[in-house]
Amino acid sequence: MTIADRPELLSVQGITKAYPGVVANSDVSFTIREGEVHALLGENGAGKSTLVKMIFGLVKPDAGQMRLRGADYAPQKPGQARAAGVAMVFQHFSLFEALNVAENVALGMENPPPMRELAARIRAVSEEYGLPLDPGRMVGDLSAGERQRVEIIRCLLQDPKLLIMDEPTSVLTPQEVEILFKTLRQLSAEGTAILYISHKLEEIRNLCDAATILRRGKVVGTADPKATTARELAELMVGTTLTPPERRRADRGEVVLGVSDLTLASPIPFGTELKNVSFTVAKGEILGIAGVAGNGQDELLLALSGELRAPADRVRINGQPVGDLGPEARRRAGLVAAPEERLGHAAVPDMSLVENALLSGAVRKGLTQRGFIDWAGAEAFAAQIVKDFDVRTPGTHVAARALSGGNLQKFVVGRELSQDPSVIVINQPTWGVDAAAAAAIRQAILDRAAAGAAVVVISQDLDELLEISDNFAALNEGRLSRPRPVEGLTIDQIGLMMGGAHGMEVAHHGA
Amino acid sequence: MDFFGITPSVLIASLIVASVPILMAAIGELVVERAGVLNLGVEGMMIMGAICGFITAVETGSPVLGFLGGAAGGAALSLIFGFLTQYLLANQVATGLALTLFGLGLSSLIGQSYVGIKPPPTQPVPLGPLADIPFIGRVVFSHDWMVYASLAAVAGVWAFLRYSRAGLILRAVGESHDAAHALGYKVVRIRLLAIVFGGALAGLGGAYVSLVRVPQWTDGITAGAGWIALAIVVFASWRPWRVLLGAWLFGGISVLQLNLQAAGARIPVEYLSMSPYLITILVLVIMSSGRGRAALNAPAALGQNFHASR
Amino acid sequence: MLRLEKRPSPSRAWTIATPVVAVILTMVAGGIMFAMLGKDPVEAIRTIFWDPLFNAQFAAYSRPQLLVKAGPLILIALGLSLGFRAGIWNIGAEGQYIMGAIFGAAAGLAVYPVESRLIFPVMIIAGGLGGFLWAMIPAILKTHFRTNEILVSLLLVYVAQNILSSMALGALRNPEGGGFPGSRNLSQIPAMANTELVAGTGMHWGVVVAFVAVIAAYILLQRHILGFQIKLAGQAPRAARFAGVSPNRLVILCMGISGALAGLAGFFEVSGPAGQISIDFATGYGFTAIIVAFLGRLNPLGILLAGLLMALTYIGGELAQFMLGLPSAAIQAFQGMLLFFLLAVDLLSNYRIRLARKEIA
Repeated sequence: MTIADRPELLSVQGITKAYPGVVANSDVSFTIREGEVHALLGENGAGKSTLVKMIFGLVKPDAGQMRLRGADYAPQKPGQARAAGVAMVFQHFSLFEALNVAENVALGMENPPPMRELAARIRAVSEEYGLPLDPGRMVGDLSAGERQRVEIIRCLLQDPKLLIMDEPTSVLTPQEVEILFKTLRQLSAEGTAILYISHKLEEIRNLCDAATILRRGKVVGTADPKATTARELAELMVGTTLTPPERRRADRGEVVLGVSDLTLASPIPFGTELKNVSFTVAKGEILGIAGVAGNGQDELLLALSGELRAPADRVRINGQPVGDLGPEARRRAGLVAAPEERLGHAAVPDMSLVENALLSGAVRKGLTQRGFIDWAGAEAFAAQIVKDFDVRTPGTHVAARALSGGNLQKFVVGRELSQDPSVIVINQPTWGVDAAAAAAIRQAILDRAAAGAAVVVISQDLDELLEISDNFAALNEGRLSRPRPVEGLTIDQIGLMMGGAHGMEVAHHGA
Repeated sequence: MDFFGITPSVLIASLIVASVPILMAAIGELVVERAGVLNLGVEGMMIMGAICGFITAVETGSPVLGFLGGAAGGAALSLIFGFLTQYLLANQVATGLALTLFGLGLSSLIGQSYVGIKPPPTQPVPLGPLADIPFIGRVVFSHDWMVYASLAAVAGVWAFLRYSRAGLILRAVGESHDAAHALGYKVVRIRLLAIVFGGALAGLGGAYVSLVRVPQWTDGITAGAGWIALAIVVFASWRPWRVLLGAWLFGGISVLQLNLQAAGARIPVEYLSMSPYLITILVLVIMSSGRGRAALNAPAALGQNFHASR
Repeated sequence: MLRLEKRPSPSRAWTIATPVVAVILTMVAGGIMFAMLGKDPVEAIRTIFWDPLFNAQFAAYSRPQLLVKAGPLILIALGLSLGFRAGIWNIGAEGQYIMGAIFGAAAGLAVYPVESRLIFPVMIIAGGLGGFLWAMIPAILKTHFRTNEILVSLLLVYVAQNILSSMALGALRNPEGGGFPGSRNLSQIPAMANTELVAGTGMHWGVVVAFVAVIAAYILLQRHILGFQIKLAGQAPRAARFAGVSPNRLVILCMGISGALAGLAGFFEVSGPAGQISIDFATGYGFTAIIVAFLGRLNPLGILLAGLLMALTYIGGELAQFMLGLPSAAIQAFQGMLLFFLLAVDLLSNYRIRLARKEIA
C-alpha cells in the first residue's frame, strides 16, 4: 500500500493567525496521512512554529479549521491535543534541568503511572526504539541528544497517532541523526504519522514522503521531496535564487590567536567544563568550530572574549598573553567577540541601538574621554553600522528588541566587524536568521578574513562551517578535536570529531 | 545540669515554641519560592496576620478563629502581591518590599484600639499521661496545637513536594515557566495558589506571635521575624526538613539570649538582642560560601516574571 | 478580556506619566481609607497636600519643614537608586543612616568641648564613613561569598538599632544629662551644629549636599560611562559582563555610595533637626527612601520631586494628626499604598493593554 492510499489523519484547512504587526499564518492548508512523514519546510520566520503550536493547542487560530481522523479538531490546550493522539517534540523550552528523566516524562503525560512503573516503561520503550535512557538521571546532566530522547520517549509513551518534531536534528551529530531517522522510520512503519519541521533540505529528501513549503506564512508549494532536487526546494523556500558567498583567498600570515591547554570550569549551571583546549588561528584564516549544543561552545566564547578569565599564557594575541585580561583589555589588544544570544548578552533589549553600539564599541572606537561618553560619536558609529550592514530599522534610537532577529544579528555582527579587529570570535553567526541576512553575514566575515583578520566561527550549522572555514575542529564534552583542513573531510569524519552518537555504541570521545 | 538556672527540658520546650512563627512563615515561603516566586513581603504578611488574628481572637473570644483570621489576613495581603507580580508583571523584589512597608503601616493603623488588651489564651493540647513522662513529656507533649500544626505543615509540604503530582508540577513551574507553559500548565494560576498559601502560613506565624508568644498587640510586633524566615529558606537550601532545623536553631538562640538577659548575664542587653540577627547573617554566609550545591538547589526561575508572549 | 502586549520600545510619555497617575490613584484609595476611619476624605487630602504649603496659619511653620524632611529622603534615595538600577538591592539604608549618625556624633563628642572650625567637616566625613562601612558588610559578603545582600543589609538594620540604643544608654550618653538616655545635644554645640543656613527656609547643610548629589547623580547617569555600566548591569547582567563591567566592582561601588549617602543623611539629621543620639532617633527615613527612589523612577530629578512630595505627606500627616486626629500610622499605610499603585501602573510604560478575545496562551 503506498502512502497515497492510506487514510487521511489530519487535515488543516485555511488556517490563519495574526499577531500585532505580523501575519504568522495566512490561509494555510495541507493534509497528513496515517504513517506519512510529512515535512514542513520554510525559513526562519516563515510561520512553521506558529502553525504547529496551533495543531498542538498552544495557540488558537484566528480562522480556519482542522480535522483529525475525520472529526473536528480544535484543541483548547495541549492536554486535549495529547488526548487526541497528537504529541510534540519541542526544539527548546520543555525540559526541566533540575528534575530527573522520569519526572520530566511524567510532566508531559496526562495520567502518568506511579514513578516506579513509569521508570520501567521508560526503559522498555527506550530499548524498543533504540534510544537508551536512564530514568533516574538528572536532565541537566544529559547531552543535547539525550535530552531529545527524553522528549521523544515522553511522546511515545502516549502512543501518538501524530508526532510533531520541531527542528530535531539541530542538536544532533550526524551519527545521532542516523539513529533518529531509523527510529522515525520504524514509527512510520507502525502507522504513526510524523510532521517534520526543518529547513535542512538533504534531511527532508532523505526522510520525508511529502513536503509543504511555507514562505512568509503562506503555503507556496508542495513537493515530493524524493523527486525534487535540493536546489529546487531551496528556491521554493527562499523565493529567490541564492548565490553562494564569494571567496577571496588571503595570504596566510603569522599566528594571531593562540590558545594552549585551556582548562576552565563553567560558570553556567549544568554547563560544560573546557578541557585542554588548544588551537591557533593565523592572519586571514577562518577556523570553524562545530559541535552539538552544550558541548562547551558558550564557555569557549566566554573564555575568548574575556568574560571568563584563565591563566595569562593560555590565551595569546599576537604573542602577548591576555588570558587573565577582561573584555575591555582584550578589545584593546584587537579581539572582538559576538556571543550567540543576541538579546541579553550581545545586546540589551531595552536599550537603543546607539547605547548598544557603545556597549562594545567604546574602547576601540574611542567613544569615551576620561570616562565621559561621546554620545555624538556613539550615534555616528551606530548609524554607520546600520548603513554598512543594511540593518532595517526606523532609526538608531529604536530599542534593540524592536528589531527582527536577522536585523539585530546584522547589527551585532556589524558592530564587532566595524572595529577593525585583528581577531574575531563569533558564536552562531546566523542562528535564527533568514537566508538573505545569513548570506550577508557570511560574506562580511569572509571579507574581514580576506582583509587579514584571524577568525573563529563557532556554529552548529555544519553546512555553514564547511562553506566558510579553512580549518575545521569540533567541540565534544568540552574537548576540542585537532583542527584539520576542511578540504577532504567526510561527513563521517566530522561526525566522529563531534563525538559520534552520544551514549550509544560509539565511544564517547576519540580525541 | 542547668544553664543559668534553666533546666534543659524547659529550654528545649521553649525553643520549640519560639520557633513556631518563623517555622510557619518559612515553610510557606519555601513553597512560594519552589514555585519560582520570591516574595520578600513575609514580614508584612506576618504582621498583618498578627493583627488580624489578634482582633479576631479578641472579638470572638476564640483563639482558633483568631488563627484563622490571621491566616486570612496574611493571605489577603499576599493576594495584592500575587496580582501585582503575576498579572501586572511588577518587579518581585520591589513589590515584596512594598508589601512589608504597607503591612507595617496598615497593621499599626487597624491595631490602634487593641494596644494593651490580653487575647484569649491558647491552651496546651491535653495529652493526659503523656505529658507527665519525665523530660519527653515536657519537651514533646506539653504544647498547644499550633506547635503540632507547624510540624505537620513541614511534613505535609515535604510529602507534597516529593510524592504528589501537584508538587511535581509546582517544582516544574519553579524550574522553568517556559517549559511548563509549553506543556500546557497554567503557570500564573499555580504561582498564585502558592503565593496565597505562603501568605496564609505567614499570617498564621504572625498570629502565633500576637496570640501566644507575646501575647498582646504592639506596633512592629514581629520584629524582623519575616526576614529571618526568608533567610532560613536560603539556609535550608529549599528543603522542608532543613527549614525545621533552621527554625529550631534560631528559636534556640532567641530563647537562650532571653534567658541570659533574665539571668542578668554581664553582656549588655542590646548585644544579646542583636545576636539572633548576627547569627542569621553568619549562617547565611556559611550557606552561600559553600558554593555549588546550595546555589544549584535554588529554583532556576526564582524571581523571574512570566509573560506568555506567543 | 484584557490582554497585555509588549511595546516594541518603552513609552517615554508613560514613563513620565506613571508616577502622576500613581499619586492620583493613591489619593483616591487613601481618601477611601480615610473615609473608613470616619474622616472627611476631601478635608484629609487637603490637610495633607495643600495646607502645609498654602494655609496661612500653618505654612510659616510647615514650609521650612519641607526641605528639612526632604533632604535626608533625597540623599538616601539617590544612593539607593543607583544600586536598584544595577540590580543591587540595598534595603538596609535605615541601618546605614543610624551608623552615620553614630559615627558623626561620636567623632565630634570625642573631642568635646574643644571648639574648632575643623570639627564639623571631620564629623561629616565620619558620618559618611559610618554609613559606608556599614554598607560594606553586605557588599563584601556578597562579592566574596555570594551572600544575598537584601537579607544581610536588612538584618543589619536591627543590629544597628540595638547599637543605637546601646550608644544612647552607654558610650554616648550625656554625662550631664541627669541619667536620662541620649547624648549631648549637638545642635546646641556651635562647633557641631548643623544650623539652618537661610532663616525660615529649613535649608541646612544636608539639604545643600542633597541638591549637589542630585546634580552629580544626573551627570553620572547621563554622561558618564560608569552610569551607563550601572544601567547595563541592571537591565542585562550578561551583556554588562560582555561589555567588560566587573559585577563585584559595581556591588562595592553602588553599596558604598548608597551607604555613604545614607550615613551623611544620618549625620546631618543628628547634628541638626534631631539634635542628639537617642533611642528613638531612627524614624524610618531609610525605608521611606525606597518609596522615594521608585516614585522618582530611579531618576535623580524624579527623586528630587518625589522626595519633596513624600516630605509633604510627612508634614501633612502630622498636621492631619493634629487637626483631624488622623492616626500617624495612616500616613505610613498611605505611603505603602503609593508604592503599590506605582508598581501597578509601571507596566503601562512597557506594555500596552488591549481588549482581546479570549485566547489560550
